[in-house]
Amino acid sequence: MQANLPHTTSRGMSDYQLKMAFIMPTMILLILMNIFPLLWSLYLSFHRYKASMPAAPRFIGVRNYSRLLADPEIWGYFQTTAYFVILAVAAQFFIGFGLALLLNRDFRYKGFVTTLLLLPMMLSPVVVGLFWRFILSSDNAGLLNFFLSPFLNSPIGWTTHPKVAMLAVVIVDTWMWSPFMMLIALAGLSAVPKYLYEAADVDRASAWFKFRWITLPLVSPLLLIALLFRTMDAFKMFDIVYVLTREGGPGTATETVSMNLYKLAFRNYNTGKACAMAYILLIIIVALSNIYVKYLNRVKGEEA
Amino acid sequence: MKSVRISLVLVLILTLAFVTALKADDHQSQSLTIVWAEWDPANYLQELSKDFTAETGITVDVIQIPWPNFQDKVFTAFVGKSDLYDIVIGDSQWLGRNSQGQNYINLTDWINENIDVDSIYGPAMTAFAEYPKGSGTYWALPAEVDAAGYVYRKDLFEDPKEMAAFQEKYGYALAPPTTYDQLRDIAEFFTRPAQDLYGIATWYSKEYDGITMGFQQVMWSFGGTYGDAENFKVDGYINTEDAAKALDFYTDLLQFAPPDAPNYYWAETLNAYTAGKVAMAMNYFAFFPGVVNPETNPISHDKSGFFVAPAGPKGHYISIGGQGMSISSYSKNKDLAKQYMKWFMQKPVQEKWAMLGGFTPHKEVLQSDAFKTATPFNEAFAASFPYLRDFWAVPEYAELLEVCQTNWSEAISKIKSAKEALDTIARKHEEIFEDAGYYDE
Repeated sequence: MQANLPHTTSRGMSDYQLKMAFIMPTMILLILMNIFPLLWSLYLSFHRYKASMPAAPRFIGVRNYSRLLADPEIWGYFQTTAYFVILAVAAQFFIGFGLALLLNRDFRYKGFVTTLLLLPMMLSPVVVGLFWRFILSSDNAGLLNFFLSPFLNSPIGWTTHPKVAMLAVVIVDTWMWSPFMMLIALAGLSAVPKYLYEAADVDRASAWFKFRWITLPLVSPLLLIALLFRTMDAFKMFDIVYVLTREGGPGTATETVSMNLYKLAFRNYNTGKACAMAYILLIIIVALSNIYVKYLNRVKGEEA
Repeated sequence: MKSVRISLVLVLILTLAFVTALKADDHQSQSLTIVWAEWDPANYLQELSKDFTAETGITVDVIQIPWPNFQDKVFTAFVGKSDLYDIVIGDSQWLGRNSQGQNYINLTDWINENIDVDSIYGPAMTAFAEYPKGSGTYWALPAEVDAAGYVYRKDLFEDPKEMAAFQEKYGYALAPPTTYDQLRDIAEFFTRPAQDLYGIATWYSKEYDGITMGFQQVMWSFGGTYGDAENFKVDGYINTEDAAKALDFYTDLLQFAPPDAPNYYWAETLNAYTAGKVAMAMNYFAFFPGVVNPETNPISHDKSGFFVAPAGPKGHYISIGGQGMSISSYSKNKDLAKQYMKWFMQKPVQEKWAMLGGFTPHKEVLQSDAFKTATPFNEAFAASFPYLRDFWAVPEYAELLEVCQTNWSEAISKIKSAKEALDTIARKHEEIFEDAGYYDE
């Protein structure tokens, strides 16, 4: 009899009401902090609106989008961003995975070395940008140029030469984020069952064979997740560029989409256009992520 | 359970008592918050404001924000309608945006009733207080009047060996340059990378308004302009052959600057000079106290001379610096702010302001011998005044500035030719004016 009665508390709340009472605060917070700004910014992206001016938003249709998509300079920023993402994520992948392979064995002070290697990703990007600014200073006072000076006729313009500046940003981002790739890869490597290697040893398999047919397939789902995170994050590169190459200089050599978006939104207060730009960026990141996720599912399917 | 409840009630009572005490304290001591960029004049103002506190009991706190973030931080506070700042000492270009954006209060009637406008240097009143220009509508009072100028190493310029070598190479005497051609010759002459000595340090940075303020005075002096202030047409004004020549000249100067010069802004040019790396450096005069201070410039504090920015082939123009003092619309202390501004504009206060190192807008004080001889650079500063010019001060100035910063930076980095950069600026500036409705008739 008791089991057929609706569940109520002593004050008469049903289970459903109780569930809602617990869920609603989070839902309201989520709607206010995430969903509403998302919808509001979508609304603004179709309007001429400046947050710094008292005039109300004026509907202009898709003009913000068409202006942005027809602007060759905007495409230039996307190219710069893509160039950065490919270089930085590839470098982080190889260095991070390489370090993980080296750390995936027992040696003295392994814990200390691992902690040391993880330090860069724990630092604030602005702090990283600032001290790399001194290391990569383009005159002989720069630490790197100082050490390279016996081998060079003139100092390298790390942050002043348009063809070198991107390399400087990639170096700094790689220094900072390779440990993240290493950490994920290390987690994957330590989960590979030892008996597989032992069986391969019995069959006298080569080191390359073991890496290609045991290590890589078992670690690749985790590596893909790490790549997904890094690609999404690299696509939004802002802080290091802001500090290291001073707002994406020289010229527009390191001006990423996020850097330009910041200027549109918080320097020019061209809010409507900035919202449109943010949506274009969002669509690209979602599309890129989907490619990764599909590939990840395929890899998992093969495993199964 | 009961003890927990009693504890909670006690905590609540204590918190309320603490908040009430804080509020009461707020009411007892009146205070004003002034926001300005992080530099020496802000320190001088803090020092000067002690007199105001002594007279009125109102405490004054001058908040300093690093230059590259100054505009972003203040404007973000305005967007949030924050009452954090009572008085804002902002750039002249901010006037259009903050008056039309209703972030500054209109001071016209109050100034006409309380301030002797005739005692203020006219062009300073126009540049730092009036918008639209010539309308007689005031949104600020000039606080710091500044100009771009040059410091040079007298020990190098007056060295007999250097003088003879220069005379032999260029056919005229080595002296502070009065034209841009002479400036280039001297910069070239002193460029000796093997000795880590370079000819010139000037602004090429992409941060905030760095390269624009450095280059625009060269552009004007070579015959270029930003556009027609009457009809806001830009094409055919900024992308002329004269402007392209000016940009090529400015790019060419880079070879006589230290290797890191494309990143040079105020701090970097000053550092290059005080480190003994350059023979000449351009900066706003307000930064020069650091040059004559033996603590910050042990190498050449007593060997530095100053000169007015040179003339070009088609005129003589200099970038205006300095800021006006405005009252934030969101301030809860507007009357106190007015009281402070009225006090600040009094002649004795302006005299003290000038003696501390501030660049006074007060006409009489500015023209006095006491002011001209107060520092080694005040005379060159006063001589720069007839040539001052400003960037667009319209509400869209930040967008216009951003386009200039990006394209001029691309030109000096040789990503674009001078003509390409100027054509892009002309196109984008007209797009901005069109979007803002300047061509709607």
